Parts: sequence; structure tokens; C-alpha cells
Amino acid sequence: MAKFARKRGKDSPAISTASLPDIIFMLLFFFMVVTVMRDSTLQVANNVPNATELTKLEKKSLVNYLYIGKPVEKYQAVYGTSPRLQLGDKIADISDIPLFLEEHRSGVPEKQRPGITSSLKVDGEVTMGIVTDVKTQLRKSNQLKVNYSAKPRVD
Amino acid sequence: MGRNSRMSNEVNAGSMADIAFLLLIFFLVTTTIDVDKGVLVKLPPWSEEEPETLELKKRNVFSVLVNADNQLLVRGDLTNVKDLREKAKEFIRNPNKLDNMAENPNKAIISLKNDRGTEYSTYLEVYNELKAAYRELREVESQRKFGKMYEFLPRDKKKEINAIIPLVLSEAEPTNFGEEK
Repeated sequence: MAKFARKRGKDSPAISTASLPDIIFMLLFFFMVVTVMRDSTLQVANNVPNATELTKLEKKSLVNYLYIGKPVEKYQAVYGTSPRLQLGDKIADISDIPLFLEEHRSGVPEKQRPGITSSLKVDGEVTMGIVTDVKTQLRKSNQLKVNYSAKPRVD
Repeated sequence: MGRNSRMSNEVNAGSMADIAFLLLIFFLVTTTIDVDKGVLVKLPPWSEEEPETLELKKRNVFSVLVNADNQLLVRGDLTNVKDLREKAKEFIRNPNKLDNMAENPNKAIISLKNDRGTEYSTYLEVYNELKAAYRELREVESQRKFGKMYEFLPRDKKKEINAIIPLVLSEAEPTNFGEEK
């Protein structure tokens, strides 16, 4: 017993930091996996309304985003002030939707294609005219799963 | 010399943690953990032909009209959005067996029509209220039948409930009276 006590007193053991990189790497991998890089900068105002009956969109790779709203101030000189549609990172016309959907669809494995959802991120102030036109175009392109993006509301 | 070469066999791993930290911070900053949520709907398929007109009994149709001033006309009465959910529930369930309300929950049809000038937020609120009415009715039915919350039912039992109270929402072509902004 005395032998052990003497040994401990002599040199206090340094804490090993050898596993520190491993821990950091673990955290790193976690964030790498959950990261989704912001793929489009918004050129239209986008303040989605509130709702209560919300569904979470689980698989981000199966979702394509259509933004509708008034162009932000910076782009009003070019695109005017009436609501416009934004696909990807540029303002587009309703007639560009089929190509946009097809481009997204081609990047999805065939088995998962029926699960593709279009997320409509529509500004609350927009009138239904343009939204109806977009919906009609989606129906014509046989993209029937649609999600009206909304923020949760507590009531 | 001999001493040196023996030392260079070991790579200094002290900075490994720093490199990892750097990467970690980069990913921390670029991560956005905002989940996209919304009201999920299924659009009807497009067809070029005129849809065949179905003769429906008037008592089974719950018509909701929204005009360009964001006002609601529910079965002919001007209604506040706040009262819509209760009205819809009463219509579908028809607890007093009135003859101007749905014969049976599975025969009830919600007909929604808006104007091209209706604000999107109003439209979504109306849609949300109608969906909420159905959710609440299904919840009650689930409690009565299985004594469990609808959310926790297995898939086949959910289907059973959905068959008793199916959500049939028909959207008409919008009118074009109001000014589009």
C-alpha cells in the first residue's frame, strides 16, 4: 500500500489530450451531416403566413422550392413591384416551372420520385392570382404534392 | 543525426485539434437547422376535358367563398374566419340531424372558391381552419372508437378513421373580380 502512495505523490499524471481531436472530429461529422447549404438567395419578399395544421417536410432532397412575393427593393428597378415567382436563385416565369421540376426530378433516384413535394413559399401579402397560375402549372406538370409553407402559430 | 531521424518518425498531432476546430466552426456557421413546415395539400390532376358535373344534394355541400376584400361567405352568410372551424364541424357532424346539414360525415363536401384578388394569407387561414375542423373531428372519433389519440394510431386504424370522416375539399376556379396586387 505504501508503495502506491509514494508513486502517486512523485509525478502528478498529465491529462491526456490525445483523444481531443477525436471528440472534435465527432462533432465535426455531426455538423457536416446535418448541414444544408443555403442554395438560393431570396430576391423576393418572403414572409410566410402562420398556420396550425403543419406537416414537417422530412427529406430535403425530395423538396423543391418555389418562392412567390414582391421583388425586394434592390431588384424592383428590374422586375417591378408586382409579385413574381423565383425558382432556384433567379426570378422566372410561370412557363419555366416544368423545366425546373424536371431538373430537380432528374437528380432524384427513380424509386423516390413519387415522394417529391413542391414547397410553395408564398408571401402573405400576395394575391391569389399568381398562386393560382402556379398551381395550375404544377397540376399540368403532374406535380401534385404541394406544401404551403407556413410558420407555426400558437392558439 | 541519429537522434533526429528517430524523432521525425512521429508526426506532431498537436495541431490536429485546431484544424478540426476550424472545420467544426465553419460547419457550425453554415448550418441552418430550420425545418420547413407547412400545410400539405394534394392537388387534383389536370385534365383538358371539362369535368363532368356531379349532381350533389345541396345539404351536403359546405360552400366557402372568399372575395377580393378577404371577406367570407359561408353557405350564404357573411362569417368571421374565427367562426369557420366551429361552423364546419357542426355541418359535418350534424349533431341535431338537421336537414340542411350533411347527411353523414362521409357525404360532406367542402367547396372552396376564392377570387384572384384574395390575399394569400386569408386563403391559407381559411384552408387551415377547414383542415383543423377535420383534424378535431377525427380526434374525437379516434377517442370514441379506440380510446387513443389519432396521432398515435397505427396506419390501418388511421385509415379507418379517415374513411369515416374523409376530407373532401373541392376548389373551384377562382373568380376574377378583384384587383391583383
